[in-house]
Amino acid sequence: MAAETQTRGRPETAAPAAIELRGISKAFGPVQANRDIHLRVERGTIHGIIGENGAGKSTLMSILYGFYKPDAGEILVGGRPLTITDSQTAIRAGIGMVFQHFKLVPNFTVLENVILGVEEGRLLRPSLSKARGVLKRLAQDYELHVDPDAVVENLSVGHQQRVEILKALYRRADILILDEPTGVLTPAEADHLFRILEGLRAEGKTIILITHKLREIMEITDTVSVMRRGEMVASVRTADTSPEQLAELMVGRKVLLNVQKAPARPGKPVLEIRDLRMVDASGVERLRGIGLDIRAGEILGIAGVSGNGQTQLLEILGGYPEKGSTVSGEVRVNGAPLPLTGAGCNAAERRRKGVGHIPEDRQAEGLIMDFSAWENVAFGYHDAPEYGRGPLMDRDAIRRDAEGKIRRFDVRPPDCDLAARNFSGGNQQKIVVAREIERNPDLLLIGQPTRGVDIGAIEFIHKRIVELRDAGKAILLVSVELDEIMSLSDRIAVMFDGRIMGERLPGQTTTGELGLLMAGVDADATPPPKIFPEKCE
Amino acid sequence: MDLNTVLQILDSAVRLMTPLLLACLAGLYSERAGVFDIGLEGKMLMAAFSAATVAALTGNVWLGAVAGLLGALMLSAVHGVASITFRGNQLISGVSINFLASGLTVLLGQKIFGLGGRTPSLTPGAELEAQVTPFRAWLSGITGPDGAAALTATPRFGEITLPFADALRGVPVIGPLYAEVISGHSILVYVAFLMVPLTWWVLYRTRFGLRLRAVGENPASVDTAGVSVTRLRFAAVAIAGLLCGLAGAYLATGLSAGFVKEMTAGRGFIALAALIFAKWRPWGALGATFLFGLLEAVANRYPNLDLGVITVPSMFMNALPYILTVIILAGFVGRAIPPRAGGEPYVKER
Repeated sequence: MAAETQTRGRPETAAPAAIELRGISKAFGPVQANRDIHLRVERGTIHGIIGENGAGKSTLMSILYGFYKPDAGEILVGGRPLTITDSQTAIRAGIGMVFQHFKLVPNFTVLENVILGVEEGRLLRPSLSKARGVLKRLAQDYELHVDPDAVVENLSVGHQQRVEILKALYRRADILILDEPTGVLTPAEADHLFRILEGLRAEGKTIILITHKLREIMEITDTVSVMRRGEMVASVRTADTSPEQLAELMVGRKVLLNVQKAPARPGKPVLEIRDLRMVDASGVERLRGIGLDIRAGEILGIAGVSGNGQTQLLEILGGYPEKGSTVSGEVRVNGAPLPLTGAGCNAAERRRKGVGHIPEDRQAEGLIMDFSAWENVAFGYHDAPEYGRGPLMDRDAIRRDAEGKIRRFDVRPPDCDLAARNFSGGNQQKIVVAREIERNPDLLLIGQPTRGVDIGAIEFIHKRIVELRDAGKAILLVSVELDEIMSLSDRIAVMFDGRIMGERLPGQTTTGELGLLMAGVDADATPPPKIFPEKCE
Repeated sequence: MDLNTVLQILDSAVRLMTPLLLACLAGLYSERAGVFDIGLEGKMLMAAFSAATVAALTGNVWLGAVAGLLGALMLSAVHGVASITFRGNQLISGVSINFLASGLTVLLGQKIFGLGGRTPSLTPGAELEAQVTPFRAWLSGITGPDGAAALTATPRFGEITLPFADALRGVPVIGPLYAEVISGHSILVYVAFLMVPLTWWVLYRTRFGLRLRAVGENPASVDTAGVSVTRLRFAAVAIAGLLCGLAGAYLATGLSAGFVKEMTAGRGFIALAALIFAKWRPWGALGATFLFGLLEAVANRYPNLDLGVITVPSMFMNALPYILTVIILAGFVGRAIPPRAGGEPYVKER
């Protein structure tokens, strides 16, 4: 293709890129999901896009697939500028998308799902028989074997994903975008997926792989881009980078927040975890033998790239393990064993035993967004004797209590009757923090305390966490922000792939060393430079 | 019970099930596309009223039927705009349509005819004649008096005698069955029965049907395939309106002769129950509505069923369809899985 003129002042490559983004920006209200994104993906390569949850990866890909209109910027497909107004345009331009949550009709057969939207004519029969032939050929070419007459809801997750890939290929996609494809897969299924992707690359297809798993990036991609907080912070050849470098780029180095704190004076053990294991509903092992101790008056920080089991750990300790999962092991609080299954395993019971919880996702788990601030302050503790008069709620008492907490935690605006939804992210978080900290729990579980929170509120929340520690309470802090872990924790445990990779003391470690552990490399076991195991399994 | 009685009951059952069947299929299209339609009752009522009114004013049942379709379609549009465009609550929209139709029909009926909310009887007579005269006079200016008289002489759907009905009457069992039960209904009855295989064919053999079923199960799958969820759902709601229109027109101008206040008498809700019983399938709808029609026919035939020991009171017989509904809805007839996206307005997720 004589495309010299279309590459427009990019002399370093002759052939047009499969996809090129120039200055893409997108905001949702006050949230800047994508800011001035530039990206270039060469034809016939696998390009990884890596970043934390909420870094803007999915938004970017949704723009590419016509789900959102960018506020600014230009998209070039095969060197030609293209305005993608809807999914149909994207499909015609040869872009196929495999969403994280599959877009399949559960009670349709594989064939019906594949032809949906690209039927040949008004009647189904010709389309179905054509698709049957195409599917057979695709199955042979790319190891994409699925029974075309199987009903999708009866298929395993891995097979459902193949149906999604088949859908894209049936629509003649040349560029295949996969959003977190391995999140729901077992390791064997993931390996199979990677073989499929390699086969597609060999056929000249371009693949964009969105993930937050470093292992996948290192294993399969040719080039990789890192996103953080809506910006594209780096684009490099995979061969020229290392997992620890990527981990550092992902979590970033913010201005180091200084937390004033005296050395910890640890007391008796409050939380003891022994060999905690968890297999989720789809059979994937999420926790593989966690062992941890936290003493009174200390903060244990858990560092790690998200998706390595931190969420599951918090949910189990909080009393609400994922439905359908199997949990085993031993957890003691103040010496008494906590039930991990059955009737005694619920959040209310945990709170009665002195376990407070600031959940990772405050909007889904920490608050009821349409309820007012004073109601949210009482949630979880609404059975407390001081909140009730017999079977009735004592509204005045709750409101008085809520007003106090809102004042002491400087929630703005200080309006008890405002719905939680109408507070900013930082103030929403202060409501949750106030509720949990002021109950004075023996053990406080904290997940991502400052995600989406402004600097001022971050400092305030950190100060309160340290005060609680100084009052002799045990704190488990889970955060993907390495700086937060480094500045708050008295000890740091690094989680990777459902295991504790190691424990370090904040004064005696570096972000580099932690980054290595977060990538699944134990520096004590392997010489640090340049040696990365082919597979971490 | 002799054969003749059985045939009469069956004949009556076919007539009584027709509006149920049409309404049930209306609900089927709408709910298969993911839009709950509790307003079947209201749409039928509106259609019955519009059909009877126009038939009474023009003396032409076909114009009446068109008016019936338009009346129901208008309420469908309200439902569509409320629950698809503005993503409102589908149940609330349906309930308000029922109230609207219930009030509006009586109000307009009183305003137009001054008969306390009913329309004039569509049987030939002085009452009807008085209503038709102005239209006939106007029409004769266009078609001449003879044409006008011919065009305004059929205020009701007549009964159609199918071919060979009389010739086959002599054949044992099959002959009378054909002549009494199958032959001798109005055209809308046959339309209703033809809608069953047609609906099956549309749903399972055409592109439209595939997309319709998909949008009721997982609208995101349709959206990501580049097909408009909104347009599909509007199409389904419009089809539902047309079928309700037929049902209402049949009620007022086929089954009865004229509109009376609240004449649907809960048939829209019975049709919804039948839809669940039918598990949202066309042939199931035929069976379920036949059962309800049969019960109603039996109740009409034997107001006081004498069992020798006790006499079952007529109230019980009349309540039977509703009792059956409760039993069905309580889940005694196996699990019925509704379309998964039913009742949910489609919002693109981030």
